[in-house]
Amino acid sequence: MTTLTEATGEAAARETPARRRRRRVDHLPYLLLLPCLAIIAVLLLWPLGQVVWMSFHKLDSVRQLRGDREWPWIGLANYAQILGDPFFRTVLRNTVLFAVANVALTMVLGTLVGLLLNRLGKKMATFVASCVMLAWATPALTGTIVWKWIFDDTSGLVTWLFNKLPDGLSTALFGRSDWTGYGWFNDPLLFFAILTLVVVWHSFPFIAVSVLAGLKSVPTELQEAARVDGAGPWKVFWKVTFPILRPVFGILVVLSTIWDFKVFTQQFVLAGGTQDRSTFMLSIYSYAEAFSPPPKYGLGSAIAVILTVILLVVTALYVRMVLRQEDE
Amino acid sequence: MMKKIALNGAGLLVALFAAFPVYWMVATSLKPNREIFSSTPRPVPAEPTLEHYREILTGNLIPGVTFTDFFLNSVLVAGATVLLSGLVALLAATAVARFRFKLRTTFLIMLLVVQMIPLEALVIPLFLMIQRLGLYNTLPSLILTYLGFSLPFAVWMLRGFVAAVPKELEEAAAIDGASRAQTFRKVLFPLVAPGLVATSIFSFITAWNELIFALTFINDQQKYTLPVAMTFFFGRDDTAWGSVMAASTLFTLPVIVFFLLVQRRMVSGLVAGAVKG
Repeated sequence: MTTLTEATGEAAARETPARRRRRRVDHLPYLLLLPCLAIIAVLLLWPLGQVVWMSFHKLDSVRQLRGDREWPWIGLANYAQILGDPFFRTVLRNTVLFAVANVALTMVLGTLVGLLLNRLGKKMATFVASCVMLAWATPALTGTIVWKWIFDDTSGLVTWLFNKLPDGLSTALFGRSDWTGYGWFNDPLLFFAILTLVVVWHSFPFIAVSVLAGLKSVPTELQEAARVDGAGPWKVFWKVTFPILRPVFGILVVLSTIWDFKVFTQQFVLAGGTQDRSTFMLSIYSYAEAFSPPPKYGLGSAIAVILTVILLVVTALYVRMVLRQEDE
Repeated sequence: MMKKIALNGAGLLVALFAAFPVYWMVATSLKPNREIFSSTPRPVPAEPTLEHYREILTGNLIPGVTFTDFFLNSVLVAGATVLLSGLVALLAATAVARFRFKLRTTFLIMLLVVQMIPLEALVIPLFLMIQRLGLYNTLPSLILTYLGFSLPFAVWMLRGFVAAVPKELEEAAAIDGASRAQTFRKVLFPLVAPGLVATSIFSFITAWNELIFALTFINDQQKYTLPVAMTFFFGRDDTAWGSVMAASTLFTLPVIVFFLLVQRRMVSGLVAGAVKG
């Protein structure tokens, strides 16, 4: 330590290059940021502007995209067409209901698992946490494929399980006893239920781990004191734990909302493409309009813009929360 | 006592729900077809076999193209993304963590906001850009796209790692006469390297898992990345569940291994004690 102090004193007397540099404006940080800024500007911000620009045009062929043909300006016609279409209202309703249901289920399950992990013994907690990590780490694509196999209509586990039900009970409950060949994905409501299962399975681990991290940072004395005073677990959670972790919950809800609003891969894989319009949500609707023949890039862009605006509002909330936390 | 049993029981249920699909994927991939399609599923493969893996790794998915080719396409795309994004992110993270400059806060806020752009909404304009650049149907179109997607998070994450390296180390090096480039290369870089690895793994997973853009930008089947090949060749063929699960396992394994690696904190050990004494 002494050597360091001496060295610093000596250096100060000598006026180091670092010191001389500090006097004029330092260009180095801007230089270091340049590649990053350029990439973000070209690959994220420019396309974001471009999608708005495209939504005001009638774009129906790849040749227009390549620039070989004119881009007819049609103003807000794409938006008028979408907003006037009853199908869009169905899609919007599907999207919002799906997001609300999934955020709620993910948050409840994730929080419960987080609380559970906090209470378990060390070995058991490590074991459960490792299993939970597996679900988190599994890619959306393969996770969905496995669930599709579990719900396979001939050899799937769920089909087998329902066939195992006593025939009388199964008939009384569902009106059928033989489930072999039953199309689990054909009924839109059932499709959304399975999609919810897949999405919640993928996303609850993140919530659980974040809640656990939050709980670990809170002194346990408070909860214990409340318990000693005779508060039940329900009361302890809502009166002590929740108020302390409120900022964490806020951020988790907003992040989940953003993610669940634009689910794509899971839906695409589960539905086997973009043919089944009855289960469309905004992101897949936009994609299908743009890329399923006949291509309608302008219309697809307009839907993408609507999705972006909805998420922008949610994002504004998120940024405000993060900034408030960074301040603390 | 009862409470403890109930808690542990709940823990086991959660573990089962979370891990079962992954287990079922691996288990199915190891079962011979007669077990997979039997009317009573077995929880554990009775006669484990590698036939599905052999099938996948030696057979052609389309004439002349094997699973390995798709795997290599994916490795190439993800590898290039990781290298480029790691380099650019390191520079930017150093700027943000080591310097105070005018637009620093603005830049940080922008990083946050940019991460919230729904990438699904950018498929159409990026398709336009790729068409205009003449990159349609090439792997670089994907590298470029994934670079943009992974960069904001990489900078955000790496910034924490750079900030965790004590500034005194660099100051000491500067006092000993090291130039800025030398300080960066000999002091900061080795200490940030573990953080760079962790960040790279996140970029790798982003690029490795991505489906929509790969589906849209690539036309030739030989150039498909693994996710596209899987949806294209297996998603439509509901009979070969053994091969599908074997392919899924091979696709998932690297991600799980990498993911678990990142979970461990690697920095702390390296930096601890560096400033003491």
